Amino acid sequence: MTETETKSLQAKEKKEVTTPAELTKPGLVFNPAVDILETERELTLLADLPGVKAKDLKIDLNNNVLTLTADETLPEASGEKDVFREYRTGRYYRQFTLSDTIDQSKIEAVLKDGVLRLALPKVEAATPRKITIKAGS
Amino acid sequence: MIIRRFSGLPTWDWRSPFDELERMRMELDRRAGDYPGSVFKLPTAGVFPLVNVTEDQDNYYVRAELPGVKTDELGISVTGDTLTLSGERKLPAESEKASYHRREREAGSFSRVISLPTRLDVAKVKALAEDGVLTVVLPKAESAKPRQIAVKSS
Repeated sequence: MTETETKSLQAKEKKEVTTPAELTKPGLVFNPAVDILETERELTLLADLPGVKAKDLKIDLNNNVLTLTADETLPEASGEKDVFREYRTGRYYRQFTLSDTIDQSKIEAVLKDGVLRLALPKVEAATPRKITIKAGS
Repeated sequence: MIIRRFSGLPTWDWRSPFDELERMRMELDRRAGDYPGSVFKLPTAGVFPLVNVTEDQDNYYVRAELPGVKTDELGISVTGDTLTLSGERKLPAESEKASYHRREREAGSFSRVISLPTRLDVAKVKALAEDGVLTVVLPKAESAKPRQIAVKSS
């Protein structure tokens, strides 16, 4: 039986981005990597947000524009000196335009181990529904 | 042959048609380096995961961003002065009928060996993973810590 080899992960630099409006505190801002997938009943958004605690994550939905903003907490204590640094820490920011078919009152967000799972259920009318025909008397 | 002058650099003759292009390229390179506000690229080893290593008097701290990697899927081993991080990032399988609009996160295996400047106290190494950031605390071996030597004057 042949075994497929798992491919090895490549190191990727974080993508820095300029936000449309300036943020009140200066600092680096990155685009998190995001997977968006769609099933019949809902749209799911998965974002890699390492170093972000649930209290620092803000999810805004305004006029069908979904905005993710997150502050990364710096894990280093103040007494530590750098030996070498390969990645930077900063804020995460990403915006998406959603279509009208999302039921905005039922959105759920779970942040675990640095991965955000955002479930955006579709409005009932948009899910295909079978209509049963009752035989008339 | 026409003798030309380029921004103050006198030319005596054309050695080859590419000399001028070479000179223009060098000028542009120098100008590009002077632009402020460009993203300063940190030198990396190019191996996943990227790590930040800091130290204080007693310990080395190695941090890596590993979102979604569970602690039991990580292998951390320490020898005299090297730390090996290995593991696999799996993306949990979604339902069969899902169609992807965007796919930016990657899954795969990784393994990295990091050498530290001084010997470590292997028995007291601690690692903790919080919010997708792995922090490994590596205490320096006693013999590697600086010792103050008092100078006696006669």
